[in-house]
Amino acid sequence: MEDKVTSPEKAEEAKLKARYPHLGQKPGGQKYFDSGDYNMAKAKMKNKQLPTATPDKTEVTGDHIPTPQDLPQQKPSLVASKLAG
Amino acid sequence: EIDWSDIISTVEFNHSGELLATGDKGGRVVIFQQEQENKIQSHSRGEYNVYSTFQSHEPEFDYLKSLEIEEKINKIRWLPQKNAAQFLLSTNDKTIKLWKISERDKRPEGYNLKEEDGRYRDPTTVTTLRVPVFRPMDLMVEASPRRIFANAHTYHINSISINSDYETYLSADDLRINLWHLEITDRSFNIVDIKPANMEELTEVITAAEFHPNSCNTFVYSSSKGTIRLCDMRASALCDRHSKLFEEPEDPSNRSFFSEIISSISDVKFSHSGRYMMTRDYLSVKIWDLNMENRPVETYQVHEYLRSKLCSLYENDCIFDKFECCWNGSDSVVMTGSYNNFFRMFDRNTKRDITLEASRENNKPRTVLKPRKVCASGKRKKDEISVDSLDFNKKILHTAWHPKENIIAVATTNNLYIFQDKVN
Repeated sequence: MEDKVTSPEKAEEAKLKARYPHLGQKPGGQKYFDSGDYNMAKAKMKNKQLPTATPDKTEVTGDHIPTPQDLPQQKPSLVASKLAG
Repeated sequence: EIDWSDIISTVEFNHSGELLATGDKGGRVVIFQQEQENKIQSHSRGEYNVYSTFQSHEPEFDYLKSLEIEEKINKIRWLPQKNAAQFLLSTNDKTIKLWKISERDKRPEGYNLKEEDGRYRDPTTVTTLRVPVFRPMDLMVEASPRRIFANAHTYHINSISINSDYETYLSADDLRINLWHLEITDRSFNIVDIKPANMEELTEVITAAEFHPNSCNTFVYSSSKGTIRLCDMRASALCDRHSKLFEEPEDPSNRSFFSEIISSISDVKFSHSGRYMMTRDYLSVKIWDLNMENRPVETYQVHEYLRSKLCSLYENDCIFDKFECCWNGSDSVVMTGSYNNFFRMFDRNTKRDITLEASRENNKPRTVLKPRKVCASGKRKKDEISVDSLDFNKKILHTAWHPKENIIAVATTNNLYIFQDKVN
């Protein structure tokens, strides 16, 4: 049997698939109870595949109703920039 | 410990190179000015000193979506100078602002009704009349917002670019590009819209956009799939159909899970001549001839040794880092950043490249930078750095080259380095 030389990229891909077998698949195993179920599963899946057009990193809705404690603090920069010396 | 707000997010020289602006995550802009000719000694060029600093953007909150709008300055672009004042556009994710930076070196003195400290005099004590005169004062540099261009972007603004007509500019977010007039803030024209009817079908986003340096009807935008589209605004009002599509064919047998991610273009820059454009993807810099769409004319590997580290780089999110690139004034050399505070330069004529490091620990001030070398595998030579000891938190994403001289600005996470080539 011939031993094919794998490109470094393909070797890295194999490593990744070994660590994350469900990468790239639709969340929840492709069967959902309803649209709410689907959306909850999507919100849980770490979506790295596409640079998201919506800022999902700062989203505090989807899993729960946000409370004032959840919302990030607004911190206007009163301190001068370090570069300004 | 790095203060989050000090992280530099953009660096840009103005058209003469006399001013250098930086923007940071805290929404602040710091402008440096080069020392003028008559002050410097013959063996060096003028140094850059702080000229002005101001708060450009504040954090905001979108109550409808329960989302914070970051004050981070994504891009700064200078307008060409028309009068004594300087103007620049700065943008965060949602709002673009036109700032006027002006100098004040005189002030009126000798008011009739006010004391010199501003307190009003008792009118009954005023018995004579005099004309106030302007007297010199210590230079004061003031920045004031002249226009606020808001509410035109649903998604995050990644680019702004001033047209060669010096009257209009474009702003681009993930899915749309808008055309503005610098004088008009209450409306803009949408010129590109790639939002699919069903967001589930979204596969590609806009990553950067720029106007052609000479043709005011032409602009390009790059995508997360490694393509660049050139559009001509004379063809139609909505430029959804490109005039040219630049894409390098890929060998399908080499395709992997990472292929699309590393082909995503993080920056696109026209050459000063307008004949070429340069794109930066995760591992390389490519130069395209605008007359040839099917492949780049030059490709330079920035850090090919990372190809066998893509799995870890995906896990720590570094594979999504957006590096910028820039041309020197004569379009003969291109520069881009890498990890470990390294940055790379490629000479297009000699085909030589060099890796340098922006770090205070490893370089004494006023000494020539020592070239660095990364050892990909096998035996590491003395002075080489092995791939596994690279610090991936030390990324150089933003670099800029003076438009006329060999002076470069390199931003590490929270420090700005200015290097120049040896004079004499």
